[in-house]
Amino acid sequence: MNARPLVTGLGVVAPNGLGLEEYWAATLAGRSAIGRITRFDPTDYPSRLAGEISGFDAREHLPSRLLPQTDRMTQLALVGADWSLTDAGIDAAELPDYAAGVITASHSGGFEFGQNELKALWSKGGRYVSAYQSFAWFYAVNSGQISIRHGLRGPSSVVVSDQAGGLDALAQARRQIRKGTSVVVAGAVDASICSWGWVAQLAGGRLATGDDAARAYLPFDEDARGHVPGEGGALLVVEDAEHARARGAQNVYGVLAGHAATMDPRPGSGRAPGIERAVEEALRDAGIGPDEVDVVFADAAAIPELDRAEAEAITKTFGPHGVPVTAPKTMTGRLYSGAAPLDVAAALLSIRDGIIPPTVGSSPNDRYDIDLVIGAPRPAPVRTALVLARGQGGFNSALVVRAADS
Amino acid sequence: MPTTSPFTLDDLRRILREAAGEEEGVDLTGDIIDTDFTALGYESLALLETGGRIEREYDISLDDSALTDVVTPRGLIDIVNAQLAAAQSV
Repeated sequence: MNARPLVTGLGVVAPNGLGLEEYWAATLAGRSAIGRITRFDPTDYPSRLAGEISGFDAREHLPSRLLPQTDRMTQLALVGADWSLTDAGIDAAELPDYAAGVITASHSGGFEFGQNELKALWSKGGRYVSAYQSFAWFYAVNSGQISIRHGLRGPSSVVVSDQAGGLDALAQARRQIRKGTSVVVAGAVDASICSWGWVAQLAGGRLATGDDAARAYLPFDEDARGHVPGEGGALLVVEDAEHARARGAQNVYGVLAGHAATMDPRPGSGRAPGIERAVEEALRDAGIGPDEVDVVFADAAAIPELDRAEAEAITKTFGPHGVPVTAPKTMTGRLYSGAAPLDVAAALLSIRDGIIPPTVGSSPNDRYDIDLVIGAPRPAPVRTALVLARGQGGFNSALVVRAADS
Repeated sequence: MPTTSPFTLDDLRRILREAAGEEEGVDLTGDIIDTDFTALGYESLALLETGGRIEREYDISLDDSALTDVVTPRGLIDIVNAQLAAAQSV
């Protein structure tokens, strides 16, 4: 149990940047990718905005053999995993069998692929349904395809806990490193901006409506009224510190230092939401006090009651205005499982560069006593970051990442 | 009656590409008629998808075993042409 899980590779596929440095430059510049949906005609839907990835052509990145059998989210995940391993300087073929695994989270599987096959079934008949539908829609398919592509046959799995899953997958990677696995490609990519995926999201009742991209997703703002969905995420290389040292890893972004996951109590029970306990337990797991945390990357639901619960959890632990809080996901929309791994990537880059990326659009409501970083990035020495994520259905997750020499 | 086979290696090449893409390092345009599908990079699911596309394009029905037992392009082409001939003689 002494193995230290380092992050040694980052692969980012985000609406405001394809690739790590492109994403980071856009995020520090406050460049939002939220706009009117182009992947289908949103005219007749109450919610018409999304954070789409534009300019991604899977054919430029992946062999043709993989294209007919993969949903968009899998194509993005495969590219994210490629970039992450390249960033880590790892050639998976050189690792021993079973030394490396893949652990991803998934919110809804390959929705667009499934939609196309359902269309084929009902408009043309069963013989027009792709044989690849058998797995292309499946929650675990990103883990499976990344594993096959790179021959990663170590411990592999998928976590499904909505947006919290992105952190839960990294926590599971941390467990596997501690049990003796050398390398885990971990994180998540979700992408279901298709009309079928959209109606499923609308049914959840948490999507912002209207056409004003600048005023649609406003966590902690007086006008918070739901979120804008996006697509994308990040894949991280999580690696045993000893393994990273022995091979002379070129990048060491930080260490996965602490984690906790909690469930909310039954609605109407009167008991406190679980996010507060997730924060406390994650700090305890990391063995640090609140004063050692330099920034919080918020879940930022933009539903007033959820914003309040998160703000209260932060002020209870850190005090009023006691720690900088940010939500760069205001530039991408909520990426479901992909959101938290992307936030973890941003947190690690904050540690690297000593700068906290801004929250765009929101003006924090006075009733929340949080120090929200707005308008411009804030230079600050960052050694330790806390990343929060919540999933619909009561999932809460909190992860502490720290500089590797802390 | 046409004297050439109605389903050719070129037809199969086209449908394989549409159904399952092309393995890196494999040249489908080469002399592949007696090369095992596995050596061409196509596993059972790729052949199932290929068979499905042949069935709907040529309006024939292939046994599941025809697709799971077949080993080479020549084997599959023969089965498809036998089905087409049977359909024509009805």
